[in-house]
Amino acid sequence: MKKTHLALALAVAAPVAFAAPSTEDMWNTIQQQQLEIERLKAQAAQTDAKVEATASAFESSNSGDWMSRTSIGGYGEHHFNHFEDKDDEVDAHRFVLFVGHQFSDTLRFFSELEVEHGLVEDTADGSGPGELELEQALIQWDFAANHSLTLGQFLIPVGILNETHEPDTFYGTERNNVEAQIVPATWWETGAMVGGEILPGLSYNVAVHSGLKTPVTGSSTLLVRSGRQKSAKATAEDLAFTGRLKYTGIAGLELATTYQQQQDVTQGGIPGEDTAGSLWEAHARYTIAGLTLTALAAEWDIDGATAKALGRDQQKGAYVEASYKITPKLGIFVRQSEWDNNAGSSADTEVEQLDVGINYWLHERVVLKADIVNHKPPSTTSSDNDGFNLGLGWSF
Amino acid sequence: MRILKSSCALGSLSSLFSRLGLARSPRAAVLAFLCCLLLPVSVMARGTYLTVPEFVSSTFRGSEPPLKTLWLSGELQQRLHKVFGHPYKSLRLRYWQQDAKSAWVLEEIGKELPITLGVVVNGASIEQIRILTYRESRGGEVRHPFFTEQFEGAQLGADDTLDRQIDGITGATLSVRAVTRVAEAALVLAAAVADKDAVQ
Repeated sequence: MKKTHLALALAVAAPVAFAAPSTEDMWNTIQQQQLEIERLKAQAAQTDAKVEATASAFESSNSGDWMSRTSIGGYGEHHFNHFEDKDDEVDAHRFVLFVGHQFSDTLRFFSELEVEHGLVEDTADGSGPGELELEQALIQWDFAANHSLTLGQFLIPVGILNETHEPDTFYGTERNNVEAQIVPATWWETGAMVGGEILPGLSYNVAVHSGLKTPVTGSSTLLVRSGRQKSAKATAEDLAFTGRLKYTGIAGLELATTYQQQQDVTQGGIPGEDTAGSLWEAHARYTIAGLTLTALAAEWDIDGATAKALGRDQQKGAYVEASYKITPKLGIFVRQSEWDNNAGSSADTEVEQLDVGINYWLHERVVLKADIVNHKPPSTTSSDNDGFNLGLGWSF
Repeated sequence: MRILKSSCALGSLSSLFSRLGLARSPRAAVLAFLCCLLLPVSVMARGTYLTVPEFVSSTFRGSEPPLKTLWLSGELQQRLHKVFGHPYKSLRLRYWQQDAKSAWVLEEIGKELPITLGVVVNGASIEQIRILTYRESRGGEVRHPFFTEQFEGAQLGADDTLDRQIDGITGATLSVRAVTRVAEAALVLAAAVADKDAVQ
């Protein structure tokens, strides 16, 4: 009953409360609504334009300014070395900062400043534990679309480690001894270098630069590693020439060879003696499905009676390495190395070393390392460097 | 060497060669000569290889679809953050779309400078990846087809990573990583657009 009464009441009241508007009223309402729609559309377009402008301003706010053209990076590594025949060590082995600046699309600056072994002590005889070193300070100019000229202090284009030695890029806590003792990495000089790509995947470097100055007395006489002057008031009487060809035209493959000629590795240190030197290095590396195989060989030939008498007219070494990434974070490796800085001698002077270990990447640029070293010195040497190493490294 | 010394300029060259020891080293001289011969043969190692209009035109064979905008909302920005390992610098991205094919222009830093890439996604797979501009001083080999062809047909696997192994280039590790991350990001973005289109 109640529903019936309510329906009747509505039916009577409806024509009074909701009388149909006239056609004119409806036309006016439609026109007003159309105006409102146009106004809202314009407002929405204005809002879109403001948002776009804000986004564009935000995205371009950092481009082209000094900060965006200046880069800072670096790398570092801490080592723990356990030796069977001597005291264990912990070492803040390297702490490196890179600073670079892009002056223009074709002109840039790059530098690398390094503290080695944690402490640079100002001692009278220079016997402090560490070193503060300027490893690179160069200007690079793209003088043509595919070629650049590098002027200043640069890393010699030789081997694998010399130019790329951030700790997250290689296996083993310590850098391999063949490249350290024979190449000798890390090695930089001052001069001029042209480099570029001549065919897809085939690149070249040609450089004229300062040379080695090896000691001419003592146990380090004519040792190439001891001859690095590090561009520190370096004697530049005798320059050196380096050329490298590198092929990386197949994914995962690198083939490279370097040749260097030095007129006098002692910079005239042995009067009346021709101590010209030449270095030849070649390496191959192939990576497929997590497996990487590497082989590298290097050899110095040094002229002169002194070098021949010491057996240092030939200094050479080689290593082979196999590594496998079990997961993107975990890799294992084994490396067999042989090197001899007295290879011209008839005595047994060759050193062998077997390294086995793992890398675990906490991040793709932060790595933990552990490896075991089986060091086999020449038969005339009583002690060896067997032991194990732990390392922590990073780059950014 | 006497012939070289007969002219002043060539005499200087002779002196330099002698100073470098090249006169006594046939192997070094041959290597230097070969390098000089190869210098004029050029392909670009650093610079712009393809402009954005050229990339779009070649992707859609001249019938360029209208430019669209994808705003990087919270969830999408989070996925990109995970792919790149850092927040992506843009608030929105422009892209071109025709049916299931979309083309993206993205940037990522290798070691120091941004690499600009063009990625074409068709459905849920990468159809093509091109290096548009390369600015780093090392690692430019990533622009070559022997490397970029590895991405063709790649799809998203678990955790927004590619469903396949990409073989790297020695000495170009950081550039290889940058290209791989951009490939993953393009697939994430194309999937987001597909989801948005499905809802609409």
